Amino acid sequence: MKLRECKPGMTVKVQSISGQGAVKRRIMDMGITRGTEIYVRKLAPLGDPVEVTVRGFNLSLRKADADILEVEPV
Amino acid sequence: MEELHIALAGNPNSGKTTLFNDLSGSNQYVGNWPGVTVEKKEGRLKGKKGIIIQDLPGIYSLSPYSPEEIVSRNYLIEEKPDAIINIVDGTNIERNLYLTTQLLETGIPTVVAINMMDVVRKNGDKIDFAMLEKELGCKVIPMSALKGDSTFAVADAAIAAAQNVKKSEEPHVFGGAVEHALAHIEETIEDKVDRKNLRWFAVKVFERDEKVMEELNLPEEIRAHLEEHIRDCEKEMDDDAESIITNQRYTYIQELVARAIAKNRAKKGLSTSEKIDSVLTNRLLALPIFAGIMFLVYWIAVSTIGGWVTDWTNDTLFGEWIQPWAETMLQNAGASDWSISLVVDGIIGGLAAPLGFVPQMAIVFLLLGFLEDCGYMARVAFIMDRIFRRFGLSGKSFIPFLISSGCGVPAILSTRTIESEKDRRMTMITTTMIPCGAKLPVIALIASFITGAWWVAPLMYFMAITLVVISCIILKKTKAFSGEPVPFVMELPAYHWPTLKGLFLHMWERVWAFIKKAGTILFVCCAVMWFLASFGFSDGSFGLVDETEASLLAQIGKALLFIFAPLGFTWQTVASTLSGFVAKEGLVSTMGVLAGLAEADEYASNEVVAFSAFFASNIAALSYLVFNLFDSPCLAAISTMAKEMGSRRHFWYALLFQNVTAYAVTLMIYQLGGLAAGEVPFSGYTIAALAVLGLLLFLLFRPDPYADGKHELA
Repeated sequence: MKLRECKPGMTVKVQSISGQGAVKRRIMDMGITRGTEIYVRKLAPLGDPVEVTVRGFNLSLRKADADILEVEPV
Repeated sequence: MEELHIALAGNPNSGKTTLFNDLSGSNQYVGNWPGVTVEKKEGRLKGKKGIIIQDLPGIYSLSPYSPEEIVSRNYLIEEKPDAIINIVDGTNIERNLYLTTQLLETGIPTVVAINMMDVVRKNGDKIDFAMLEKELGCKVIPMSALKGDSTFAVADAAIAAAQNVKKSEEPHVFGGAVEHALAHIEETIEDKVDRKNLRWFAVKVFERDEKVMEELNLPEEIRAHLEEHIRDCEKEMDDDAESIITNQRYTYIQELVARAIAKNRAKKGLSTSEKIDSVLTNRLLALPIFAGIMFLVYWIAVSTIGGWVTDWTNDTLFGEWIQPWAETMLQNAGASDWSISLVVDGIIGGLAAPLGFVPQMAIVFLLLGFLEDCGYMARVAFIMDRIFRRFGLSGKSFIPFLISSGCGVPAILSTRTIESEKDRRMTMITTTMIPCGAKLPVIALIASFITGAWWVAPLMYFMAITLVVISCIILKKTKAFSGEPVPFVMELPAYHWPTLKGLFLHMWERVWAFIKKAGTILFVCCAVMWFLASFGFSDGSFGLVDETEASLLAQIGKALLFIFAPLGFTWQTVASTLSGFVAKEGLVSTMGVLAGLAEADEYASNEVVAFSAFFASNIAALSYLVFNLFDSPCLAAISTMAKEMGSRRHFWYALLFQNVTAYAVTLMIYQLGGLAAGEVPFSGYTIAALAVLGLLLFLLFRPDPYADGKHELA
């Protein structure tokens, strides 16, 4: 499933990361790699972006950018 | 003795600036990295001679995708500092060490400073420094920049590392398959690069880093040979090269952290920062709180304290004290009229206009610095992103637009908080379209000229917002602002109290840079404007003129009239517009002078009669207003923009864009609006205005011609 389908409070694990270039590199540089656990913290008041916790810190991701991630609930 | 250069590198929010301030004190030089809008800071180490500290931008990685990362890697590889201090946030060690693994590959002696140790200890976490040192192959020192604890021990260690010739062993980050490919690459390129940087180049070649490949310029057959090795490795690992490297770095760090750090398992619910955040970014409360905070910023910086100090500096300090004092002094000394006018009106008056902004700027920067340092600014972007990205800006662009309704100068400077360089430049171009305080008198004047027109002011603000949106949409589809969008992947740092010292240093840097600017370029420009308005040919001789109509400014206004005639301008309004390019306060005062009124700074009822000769019709008055609200800002703002743009080409592009936009919009209003109102006859200009309208609609609604470069959604 995609991150946009996850409800706040869910913890998911990254299955695969598609795409290439700046978006993928930036997301991976921030520590979202294959197998990383992501805690979906909350949605912004207007529904996008989404705040997640990864490797112990909080990150804001646009849903469109996060679509390169394939995740699955743990 | 030769000077030692030490680079300071680390993630954003790792406390890098605090460490830099602590080490260099007031010995700082702030500028921009050439060609980009990224701030460059350099300082000298306190208490030691010949040690220069170069503060690099806060970065998460050394990828080739952002200007911050590019200037950092270019500095490290090309300028070859003698040592690196890598500051690591001890509360967030896993992600911070990711950059460390990349810095170590540059072969430059590195000292890792684990910051925020006070917080780490409070959390009850234990870090095994000896193990980190052994594994990373470099000195690791615990530190607290905020408390000033061990900061100079870090600097001493960096100096020692720089003087130590023995090369330390690199950490073993990568697995067998990758090492195999890297060994091949290293063997192939070892003659082409500095031996010290060999590992760095090898990894970059493996990642197919465009910038490095360009620089190395390897022959085709060698590239093909290396490509084979990279492909083999990719096949074996079933991933692309760039991802393999990133994955292995994090795998290495995860294992290291698991061994070297004992986290306090007794988790105690939500932290204070998380509690604050659950209110500030709450789905229901976030927007009202945001509106409240923004109102407070506006209220303090623009309506009350900021407005008071600006008025006081302009009217009392300069207007009532300094200028009359200088005049009396010169009169007593027996100076001639023209030299008194030059000093009092030209030089002091010219300096007073930009310097009047300084106190307000100081207040704006204290407030913004607080919002930035405490962590709320990142939340502003988080909350507003959804709205602003629709027309291609970041959520943080909201702040400059708000400040701009007071003054464009601090507004342009406040764009520094925007991460993406393109968004930053686009915000700079459009932010001064929001009418600033200096434009209010001219709005009031025209509103009263068009009798009873209460709607003029609201209409102008509405037009300003619409123009900003339209400009952004159009700009986003041009070559300069197109291309791959910068991903909006942003850290939301923990909230904390900023230090007073940091806030004031931050404010002073910006204010001082502006004062220096005002003292040089602005000063000359103001003197030139004074000369043009005061000198001219009268009765066949050149000299100081009493009648403004005889001045050079009036002559230039008449000469340029043909350009502005399609907008319904007269030579007087052209002359007024010219002085508006210098300072928007000059719009009304120049017209006052031209109409033979002594002082016309504020609106007065007799002005309407006096100015009726300048405007052929109401629509002409409106078009004069529109042009002057939306053209390029005053000189103070222009020179700020020139510095902040970081690129001459972008700066001229911005100026051209602003003036062409103002001209196009005014042309349409005067010709088409005038035709509809029966005030302007149909002519060739009507057709031109229709053509401009057509072009505008085309630019607005055309599909993005550069859309190919943008990332496709999976």
